[in-house]
Amino acid sequence: MENNISFKLKVWRQQGPKEPGRFETYEMQDIPTDTSFLEMLDILNEQLIEKGEEPVHFDHDCREGICGMCSLYINGHPHGPATGATTCQLYMRRFHDGDTITVEPWRSAAFPVIKDLMVNRNAFDQIQQAGGYVSFNTGGAQDANAIPISKVAADEAMDSASCIGCGACVAACKNGSAMLFVSAKVSQFALLPQGKAEAKKRVKAMLAKMDELGFGNCTNTGACAAECPKNIKLSNISRLNREYISAKCAD
Amino acid sequence: MEENMIKATAIDSKIPEGPVAEKWTNYKAHQKLVNPANKRRLDIIVVGTGLAGASAAATLGEMGFNVLNFCIQDSPRRAHSIAAQGGINAAKNYQNDGDSVYRLFYDTVKGGDYRAREANVYRLAEVSNNIIDQCVAQGVPFAREYGGLLANRSFGGAQVSRTFYAKGQTGQQLLLGAYSSLNRQIEMGKVKSYNRYEMHDIVVIDGRARGIIAKNLVTGKLERFAAHAVVIATGGYGNTYFLSTNAMACNCSAAMAAYRKGAFFANPAYVQIHPTCIPVHGDKQSKLTLMSESLRNDGRIWVPKDIEDAKKLQAGEIKGSDIPEEKRDYYLERRYPAFGNLVPRDVASRAAKERCDKGYGVNNTGKAVFLDFSEAINRLGIDVIRQRYGNLFDMYEEITDVNPGELANEIDGEKYYNPMMIYPAIHYTMGGIWVDYELQTSVKGLFAIGECNFSDHGANRLGASALMQGLADGYFVLPYTIQNYLSDQITVPRFSTDAPEFDAAEKAVQANLDHLMNIKGKRSVDSIHKELGHIMWEYVGMGRTKEGLETALTKLKALREEFETNLFIPGDQEGMNVELDKAFRLRDFITMGELIAYDALNRNESCGGHFREEHQTEEGEAKRDDENYFYVACWKYNGDDEKAPTLIKEPLHYEAIKVQTRNYKN
Repeated sequence: MENNISFKLKVWRQQGPKEPGRFETYEMQDIPTDTSFLEMLDILNEQLIEKGEEPVHFDHDCREGICGMCSLYINGHPHGPATGATTCQLYMRRFHDGDTITVEPWRSAAFPVIKDLMVNRNAFDQIQQAGGYVSFNTGGAQDANAIPISKVAADEAMDSASCIGCGACVAACKNGSAMLFVSAKVSQFALLPQGKAEAKKRVKAMLAKMDELGFGNCTNTGACAAECPKNIKLSNISRLNREYISAKCAD
Repeated sequence: MEENMIKATAIDSKIPEGPVAEKWTNYKAHQKLVNPANKRRLDIIVVGTGLAGASAAATLGEMGFNVLNFCIQDSPRRAHSIAAQGGINAAKNYQNDGDSVYRLFYDTVKGGDYRAREANVYRLAEVSNNIIDQCVAQGVPFAREYGGLLANRSFGGAQVSRTFYAKGQTGQQLLLGAYSSLNRQIEMGKVKSYNRYEMHDIVVIDGRARGIIAKNLVTGKLERFAAHAVVIATGGYGNTYFLSTNAMACNCSAAMAAYRKGAFFANPAYVQIHPTCIPVHGDKQSKLTLMSESLRNDGRIWVPKDIEDAKKLQAGEIKGSDIPEEKRDYYLERRYPAFGNLVPRDVASRAAKERCDKGYGVNNTGKAVFLDFSEAINRLGIDVIRQRYGNLFDMYEEITDVNPGELANEIDGEKYYNPMMIYPAIHYTMGGIWVDYELQTSVKGLFAIGECNFSDHGANRLGASALMQGLADGYFVLPYTIQNYLSDQITVPRFSTDAPEFDAAEKAVQANLDHLMNIKGKRSVDSIHKELGHIMWEYVGMGRTKEGLETALTKLKALREEFETNLFIPGDQEGMNVELDKAFRLRDFITMGELIAYDALNRNESCGGHFREEHQTEEGEAKRDDENYFYVACWKYNGDDEKAPTLIKEPLHYEAIKVQTRNYKN
């Protein structure tokens, strides 16, 4: 199953948010194809440290595709060439001997670079804080089975709720729009009875915050859904628009 | 060690009076409360934003306290609770299969091999139902039946279906639920959130925890934060073993800071090794991936009956699907007929090791067993199986290039699908900071919740109980018990971070960072961490012996020396330096490794996740020694990482449950 490949790695290096960045090229030799992409970067970093140089900074944590911490724009695709997978779930068997692999950070006005490939995605938290919740206090809930919810609605809400908040949708979008991210959260609550009470307030607040933070508008290119590592569907954006229009009509 | 022992009376676990089923009710009825006006005057630091940390921070904010909440990731939503797959237990009995609070309590105590506190576990079972109500109200999209009611499945160590789940992403959905409540409090200004901050030390003033020193990981600067109480919710210490299912940033530094400040560390030897992980594949590997325990509902675990078949598998000459049904040894079903593939994790892990040690391993390293879905797929069809486990199958295929849902062979009309290969890996730590019934550590005003405390799982945790405990502590226990402590703090004014205790603490943290930067040796943090992992897995892993543990302690001492003299960190302290941050954590992992080894050496019995090879039955089952080890081992720091800690015992008292040998056979 295993064989080794050698390739050129072009990596974006940037000391800080205000510093100019540049591509550095590294020659990677004999990397086993059952190494994950991030393990390959670990190997690069070990080599850099051995030479007394600073390692490439990149965000990563769970390394099983669920925490949403890893990012990376690889060969022009957020999370690289695999579909429905995050960068940490990408394995080197996707690449070939002699390839040149280009690695960049998410590029979006709303996600400033912190260092090298690491960006600040705090704007996503702020959008959630604007309304991505059901307002009630701990202890006040009724029995969990008191309100039946159709399996269809629950499953659809689950699909929307699968968003990991990584920001690939924003990075993929030529407008730097966060519509897929916002629509996933709005949809989850719109589909469930628990979310209905504040649905109108929520959709308006979250969209207003998104605009305020410098994300672009949606022009329905669908790049976000095509690149989403969790296959969040474009229909969430339609639902978001419906929710928004009906909320505004009620104003 | 014996002469250092302090009398058992030094430990006060503050367990309330009365029968076990009434203790929590009694406690709540008589505890002291803080009125709303006074809550506004009290500040609480919560370190960590996993299930325990986020739920506690949100709930304390809702109650009116001012909360400062810290996480090392870029957002509270990244905490490692997010990766929990299988589910969360609760005693709802929605399936009408005989479940009850008592039965959940009983199963948890038994699953923990009779080494947990009865009173804590009963409370856990009691509030389990509130958690499900809470999460549904938050909009957590749990799996449902067609009639619209909640669905359940079974997990190891139980004969009822009491596990609630959201696909294979239950941890994610529960954490996002807690995160949404947290966001509401952040928006309302009751919680202030500090992302990319790492706690380096706890500030103690007049014997009480009054603040923390935290490093801003982006600027590299140390900052001071004061509060009336400090809560740590910073998870377990599984990454001591380097390779584990934990996330890369999971660490035990906050727990070690508490330990060095005088908080006892309880039962460090109880480490859970999860039976169903993808096997190790090479020396560049950075972490191990868990395949959810829920797979054992339909998957059957086996190795070949015939050693020759095993040898051919190891040589790559045949595949698992080439071996027909009658030549397969479903060893869990054979050894444990009553629970079969759903025995608890420690039992399943040891059984896999036993087969592999005997030469029946099925991959090229001989360290793997099969988890097979052929029977389930033939019975239910691939669509049903994919609906249940599709995302896990995909995850497995992405990593190994093998699709477990793919038809691989047909022998005599019987269809065989690609089996998964699995092997045990470090997954969860039952041990942790010692806490009393109020979840307060042995340092006043310092509380520990979630995986980072030791409280509820005894020597082994049952599947789907970690999420239950994290949320129980955060939503329903700590927000009550912390008031009993804070009620006499209402007249204590806010502390200035200019106090000499803050000065001293920050100076010590700075000195440690300076020291790490100035070692200027040759080795990277990861290379030393890998070596630590090898020592731990080899000598302090699934099967432990007196000699092995003594060897581990010698090797760990040498490794500490290597770390202190030959570490190299590139860059400088200004700004972000991930190598420096990793080095800070590694220093604590080494101390933690020693602590695990000391505890494992002291505990001359086998129980739950702690298996001493000298103590087993003729059938290879764990052999407890209730006469001599029916206690919580609390380790007290002796002022220096190089000095051995002192053992203090908290004896266990069981009133409701009769202590007996665990039996999953019949």
